[in-house]
Amino acid sequence: MTATGPEARTATGSAPVPVTAALALGDDALVLSHRLGEWAGHAPVLEEEVALANIALDLLGQARVLLSLAGDEDELAYLREERAFRNLQLVEQPNGDFAHTIARQLYFSTYQHLLFAELASGDGPFAPLAAKAVKEVAYHRDHAEQWTLRLGDGTETSHERMRRACDALWRFTGEMFQPVEGLDADWARLEQRWLESVTDVLGRAGLPLPEGPSTGAWSAGAGRQGLHTEPFGRMLAEMQHLHRSHPGASW
Amino acid sequence: MVTAPTALEAELLELAGAVPDPELPVLSLRELGVLRAVHLQGTDAVEVDLTPTYTGCPALETMSADVERVLRAHGMREVTVRTVLSPAWSTDDISPEGRRKLQEFGIAPPRVRHDGGPVPLALGPTRTRAADTAADPVHCPHCGSADTELLSRFSSTACKALRRCLACREPFDHFKEL
Repeated sequence: MTATGPEARTATGSAPVPVTAALALGDDALVLSHRLGEWAGHAPVLEEEVALANIALDLLGQARVLLSLAGDEDELAYLREERAFRNLQLVEQPNGDFAHTIARQLYFSTYQHLLFAELASGDGPFAPLAAKAVKEVAYHRDHAEQWTLRLGDGTETSHERMRRACDALWRFTGEMFQPVEGLDADWARLEQRWLESVTDVLGRAGLPLPEGPSTGAWSAGAGRQGLHTEPFGRMLAEMQHLHRSHPGASW
Repeated sequence: MVTAPTALEAELLELAGAVPDPELPVLSLRELGVLRAVHLQGTDAVEVDLTPTYTGCPALETMSADVERVLRAHGMREVTVRTVLSPAWSTDDISPEGRRKLQEFGIAPPRVRHDGGPVPLALGPTRTRAADTAADPVHCPHCGSADTELLSRFSSTACKALRRCLACREPFDHFKEL
């Protein structure tokens, strides 16, 4: 068989793929997939073990397609240095407790769902992947919303933990709406719709909308430029260790 | 340009379509709706278009290898399997025969979506039997009861959800709508 990686070029196949955008979207999916994979063997209940692994698998599939548009998927995933990654700082944040993971999922899957729906309706190079992925991400978003409601509107402890998690990650949300070169999206409208959705879910969960800036020089917001937070380096070291120690390893 | 398949192409499509799905061996690739086309190039080279159910579906590699093996055994010298994403696969692409086989295998088949738009999801408690299925319930594949509840949106594979029948108390997989 002629080897074929995931292939996402449009039927016409003529438009050059904007590499910056492919890396931004691909790295978001790859990094969050790896973080969610870290839950394997540690999730609070068996159903969540399965759910988080399945969400991670969906994201990994999306990452493979997107990174293949930009170059060799393995080289990009395993041989780039930290500064060459273009993912949002939000997705690289450590899992924390289950509430932190759910807050990260709520913020990111809402964003990804709205963005992919917009890309899917266009005719750009990402439309085929976005049209496919938007259906998968709908389930990720639903999963995060259901857990936000359950934890926010649950016990005193679950409410307090969920509130703290939403607060802690809030400063990483502003970065999502920085325009990405090569992506044809209405970023202001995306941000407005994201805020409406998150406000609605948190409201129904009995959780306050976090206060304070969603971005800022002192806090966060340069992942797309290759600047990352401290935990990301450790995550990459673990993710890339095998491939770097045994180049070309396979099984 | 779209051209009508030749007799040999139709035969190869039939052979490739009969390959069983590696994770749901009761279904053939044709019944699952993932085999898009077979294009003959010359006399003994062929290009096959497969579409994944989910972007990250790990069964795709096995499917490709199985299709390649079958077509080579039929005299093809070169077999290229291409992954195509567009138009995106939907559970509506599963044939009626495929749905019947899923049911017999103990997996509740997906409901028909008709619209082709985004999957509508209703918010409710995490374990629910009302919100998502009031109008069009998921039936238990074992006893047929419509009284079933959702346990988890994700199950043994990405394409399934875990449900439980409240009549016979058996848990079962539901091929969720996509």
